[in-house]
Amino acid sequence: MGITGLFLISFLMVHCFLNSLIFINDGGETFNLGAEFMAKNWVIRAMEIVLFGGLLWHIIQAAVLTRENKKARPVAYAASNPSANSKWYSRSMGLLGTILLIFLIIHLRHFWVVSRFTDEITSGKETLFNEMKEVFSQLWVVILYCLAMVSLGYHLLHGFKSAFQTLGWNHVKYNSMIEKIGVIISIVLPVLFAAMPIAIYMGLIK
Amino acid sequence: MSGNMNLTLKVWRQKNKNAEGKLVNYQVKDISPDMSFLEMIDVLNEQLIVKGDEPIAFDHDCREGICGMCSLYINGRPHGPKDRITTCQLHMRSFEDGQTITIEPWRAASFPIVKDLVVDRSAFDRIIASGGYVSVNTGNAQDANSLPIGKEDADLSFAAAACIGCGACVAACKNASAMLFVSAKVSQLALLPQGQPERYLRVHNMVAKMDEEGFGNCTNTGACEAECPKGISLSNIARLNRDFFVAGIASDN
Ligand code: HEM
Ligand code: SF4
Ligand code: FES
Repeated sequence: MGITGLFLISFLMVHCFLNSLIFINDGGETFNLGAEFMAKNWVIRAMEIVLFGGLLWHIIQAAVLTRENKKARPVAYAASNPSANSKWYSRSMGLLGTILLIFLIIHLRHFWVVSRFTDEITSGKETLFNEMKEVFSQLWVVILYCLAMVSLGYHLLHGFKSAFQTLGWNHVKYNSMIEKIGVIISIVLPVLFAAMPIAIYMGLIK
Repeated sequence: MSGNMNLTLKVWRQKNKNAEGKLVNYQVKDISPDMSFLEMIDVLNEQLIVKGDEPIAFDHDCREGICGMCSLYINGRPHGPKDRITTCQLHMRSFEDGQTITIEPWRAASFPIVKDLVVDRSAFDRIIASGGYVSVNTGNAQDANSLPIGKEDADLSFAAAACIGCGACVAACKNASAMLFVSAKVSQLALLPQGQPERYLRVHNMVAKMDEEGFGNCTNTGACEAECPKGISLSNIARLNRDFFVAGIASDN
C-alpha cells in the first residue's frame, strides 16, 4: 500500500508539473511540446504500463485490506465516538480512493483514450491543449474535477505520512519534516490540478 | 448527599458466547462523584442481586491501572472519556448528573464475548507465546553494568514494556488491529541486547500469529495511540514494520 501509494504520488508530481505548463499562457505551445515528448518517448511509454500496474495493485491491495478489516470487527459498536481519537479522512481512505477511482475513469476517457486510441492528436487534426479547452468548457466537468481534487487532498493528507509509517521510515529527526512535506503536497497538487479546469472555464487561459 | 448523581446506563447483556445480546437500560441513583466507574457498576450489581437478577459480568482485577484486566467501551471510547487511564482509574466526576452512559464490551472477531462485558483476550497470550520472550537461561544475577545498554534504548524499551495488554488499542481501531500491542511486545526486546539473537524470528512469528488470530490490518489512523492507557507510541509500529521488512528479505526463516 505504502510503496504503490508513494509511486502514484511521484507520478502525480510529474503529471502536475507538465500540465502546469498551460499556465505559461502561450496558447498551449509549451504544453503541447511536453505532451508530444511524453507520447513519443519509449521510456515514458514503458512507465505508463508500470503506472497502470501500480494503480491496479494499489486498488487490489485496498480491496483486500478493506475486506479483511471489515471481517475483523463483524459487530459494530452501538455508541461510537471515533473523532475523539482519529481524523475522519484517515478513517475514510477507501471512500476517498473510490471517489478518485470514479474520477480517474472519467478523466482517462477524456484525455488518455482520445490521445492513445483515436487518431485525433497523432494525425495533427487536434492538439491535447485544444482537447483540454473543449472538455473544460463544460461546467459539470469542472465541478467534478474540483470535488475529486478535494478527495485527493484528503487522501494524500493521510496517505503520504501513513506510507512512511507503513514502510518503517520513522525517526524523531525526520518525522516532522515528513509531516510537513505531506501537508504541502496535499495542498499544492490538488490546488494546481483544480486551477486548470477553473482557469480554462473562466477563459483565463488563451 | 448533595452532589451525588442519578444516571441512566445502557449495558450490553449477553448470556454466553453464542447467545444474542442486547443493550439493557438501568437506573442508578445517588452515585458519589468520587466513586470509580467499576464501583458504580458494583453498586448496580448489588441492586440486581437484591432483586434476584443476574449481576453484570465485567473484567477487573487490580483496580489500580496496572493489570490490564478492566475493559469497557464507554460512550464510544475504550476506558471512557479521559485519556491515558484505564476504566478502574476513571471516576464518576468525569460524568454529569442525569447523563446516559452506554457500556459495551470490546468488539473484535478475535475477542469473542464470554458473557455480558467480558471478552476472551487469550489471543494476546497466544501472540506472546509465539515469540514474545527471550529463550535463554539467565542463571545467577549478573554484575551491574556487565552488559552496557544505552540510556535512550533502555528508556524506549521500558516505555514499550509499559503495555499492560488491555486490548484498548484493538477496541479503538476501526480495523480491530493489534499492531500497537504487538509492536510494544516486539520493541521491548528488539531494543535490548538480550533480544537480538531472536529479533527477526520473533517479529516474523508474532506477526504471523497476529494475522492468524484474525486481527485487522493497521492503516495508521492513530486511534490506538490516542486511546492507550499507557501511552504506547506509534513509533513502535514503525519499528515493527522495519524489523518485519528485514525479517522478510534478510533472515532465513
Ligand atoms: C484509484 C483509486 C484509489 C483507491 C481505491 C485508493 C484506496 C486506498 C486505500 C483503501 C488505502 C489504505 C487505507 C489506509 O491506509 O488508511 C490507500 C492508501 C494510500 N493511497 Fe490510495 N487509493 C486510490 C488512489 C490513490 C492515488 C491516485 C494515490 C496517489 C496519488 C494514492 C495514494 C495513497 C497513499 C500514499 C496511501 C497510504 C499507504 C499506506 O497507508 O501505507 N491512492 N489508498
Ligand atoms: S498497547 Fe496500550 S492499549 Fe494496547 S494492549 Fe498495550 S496498554 Fe493496552
Ligand atoms: S483492573 Fe487492573 S488495570 Fe483496571
